[in-house]
Amino acid sequence: MVHHEIELEKLRNEVSLMWNLTVSQMQKAKRAMVTLDRDLAGEVLHSERRVNAYELNIDNQCEYIIALMNPVAVDLRFVLAVLKINTNLERIGDIAEGIARYIMDSSKQYDESLLELTEVILMFEEATSMLEDLLMSFHNEDTSMARTIFSRDEYLNEMNAKANTLIANYIKQHPDNIEQALHILSTIRKLERVGDQSKNIAEEIIFYVEAKVLKHSDKKEK
Amino acid sequence: MSYKLEAENINVHYGSNHVIKNVSMKLQPNTVTAFIGPSGCGKSTFLRCLNRMNDYIDLFHLDGKIKVDGKNIYDKKVRVEELRKQIGMVFQKPNPFPKSIYENVVYGLRIQGINKKSILDETVERSLQQAALWEEVKDDLKKSALQLSGGQQQRLCIARTLATNPTVLLMDEPASALDPISTSKVEELIHDLKKDLTIIIVTHNMQQAARVSDTTAFFYLGDLVEMDATKVMFTNPRETQTQNYITGRFG
Repeated sequence: MVHHEIELEKLRNEVSLMWNLTVSQMQKAKRAMVTLDRDLAGEVLHSERRVNAYELNIDNQCEYIIALMNPVAVDLRFVLAVLKINTNLERIGDIAEGIARYIMDSSKQYDESLLELTEVILMFEEATSMLEDLLMSFHNEDTSMARTIFSRDEYLNEMNAKANTLIANYIKQHPDNIEQALHILSTIRKLERVGDQSKNIAEEIIFYVEAKVLKHSDKKEK
Repeated sequence: MSYKLEAENINVHYGSNHVIKNVSMKLQPNTVTAFIGPSGCGKSTFLRCLNRMNDYIDLFHLDGKIKVDGKNIYDKKVRVEELRKQIGMVFQKPNPFPKSIYENVVYGLRIQGINKKSILDETVERSLQQAALWEEVKDDLKKSALQLSGGQQQRLCIARTLATNPTVLLMDEPASALDPISTSKVEELIHDLKKDLTIIIVTHNMQQAARVSDTTAFFYLGDLVEMDATKVMFTNPRETQTQNYITGRFG
């Protein structure tokens, strides 16, 4: 590999490490929610610093590569895509941290009927799975896999759209459990945003591999 | 920290013309330093001071010290021929001798009286390997050097310089006469060579300086305006003048 390819490969590896950490944060936040494991939630809070450190480091690496190596064509698209994916991953890290904070603030285990009703755990699993699949897509430059994210995000949007009504009805029936209900509502909102961030990442992967800009385009064009 | 090369308060005059003004710098071993700056700023003049190539110019006068491995190269006891074995130089225009590839590489050894075939053969292979030219020419070392392409000729000149086992390599715009592919090969070569050598390269091509060097020194009208890690110079230089130059606002 020539010198600039080595630097691009280092950047790719760094992004992958950050990506894996972000997936791990989401997985821990989900497990912590299911069992109200405050220790696990504490781990998520602690590891958020590492996510932020990765973001700063990757931003620096991108800056140096652009300044020193004048990447063009696919290399330029790769660096530009990484800059944006970096931000998206950091925001997902923030989301996992936010959910972990709810768990730290909760005084009792979450009502299973509430979890089931809102499908919040399924949402968690889908959001995390989307992230994992996007990492594979990034590694393999597989844009067909990236494209599946757009329709999968629809599930998260639907559950988010139903959430107000479901939570309102739950609160009417369980007025003693308002705090939990609101936590779950906020968690649903956050998971919907993970879906949006994942869509952004998918768009960046397609941009980098195919040089197509899908931002703001119709679903059918994707 | 021991430096490979140290320049202390260097002032150079050509007659009354003060062309290098109080330049000091310290270069770490096994690094690549790029000198950049507009035409006439003194970067090539300063480069040639480092192996006393300016000695041939009648009106040349240098004040200050240039030390390599702690020893002042302008000391009267220094033998310039020995110095230039240690500090090799590659020029802008490839200048192979009108001889075979083999004889080009061994020229420096032959003038030292080294003629033993095994030593010459070993040197030829080693130097051409180091210059990333061996695979392209190994089957016809008797071919005239003048039949090589421009990029190959330049790599041959690098091999010729490496044959005397220098520890410092001076390169004065080594790729400016080459096509993009050959330029890329020379730049990759620089990355490889710095494992064994300390390299200083003068270049008009700022992107090249950014690609190949660890440290960059910006010269202007004989002054060393700024010198820092290349990453810093090309992302956040201290001096406005440096920023204006590298962003193309002047020069």
